[in-house]
Amino acid sequence: MMVFYFVAFLSIFFALMTIFTKNPVHSVLYLVITFFTFTVHYVLLNAQFLAVVNFIVYLGAIMVLFLFVLMLLNLNEETEPMKSNLVKIMGTVAGLCFLATIIGSLNLLETSNPLILKNPDIGLVQNLGRVLFDEFLLPFEISSILLLTAMVGAVLLGKSDPKKI
Amino acid sequence: MDGIINSMQGVPLNHYILFSTIIFSIGVIGVLIRRNAIIIMMSIELMLNSVNLLLAAFSAYSGDPAGQVFVFFIMALAAAEVAVGLAIIVMVYRNTRSLDINTLNRLKW
Repeated sequence: MMVFYFVAFLSIFFALMTIFTKNPVHSVLYLVITFFTFTVHYVLLNAQFLAVVNFIVYLGAIMVLFLFVLMLLNLNEETEPMKSNLVKIMGTVAGLCFLATIIGSLNLLETSNPLILKNPDIGLVQNLGRVLFDEFLLPFEISSILLLTAMVGAVLLGKSDPKKI
Repeated sequence: MDGIINSMQGVPLNHYILFSTIIFSIGVIGVLIRRNAIIIMMSIELMLNSVNLLLAAFSAYSGDPAGQVFVFFIMALAAAEVAVGLAIIVMVYRNTRSLDINTLNRLKW
């Protein structure tokens, strides 16, 4: 039980570091640590398939993309555009208002029961695969079309204009 | 494995909701206070992740695997979104030589 609070504290800390660090490269590295703590959360929920997929997709693919683009564009602290302090304070206040609203609405709920894994095998690959390829077969196939479209779009956007060369 | 499961007994579901809300609002604050387009996309990733964790927690709470399948679809969607978004950002950088989103204000107002 203590593990959850410790990891949650780490997640919040590194998420805050992600948005408040000036250097974009450090920001991405803090985001990697945040995603790693999320993987730990999935392991704690016994969602092993999600833990592995989170590790591979977020820490592997998405973070490599972010770091690659950052280094391609050669950004550093000096070129980093920053908003004025007034806008920053207003943004923070707006975000905290959002947080207060949700927490206030949460208080209307009665105290929830502790999270007890009724069916601990639910997150295993065998179980999820059975659901994924049975009930959710059509969305699964459609998501392949989504990925294909994204790939075509990314290549089309990333390709430089042939008339300019 | 039993050790892990036992260590999870007793965290109230409310604390998961609270934690995900905090991470989500950190993402919202990040979108509001930064001007670098890449950092804004990273904040969006934070928000997506917090929702993912909450879906997984609800799914474990109610013993229904559908929630975890939804998380899987959200991850596929996030990967596609990042690929297209970063391609757009590279395109913007090539045309304006900066990542400041305040240079892209033609659709504002």
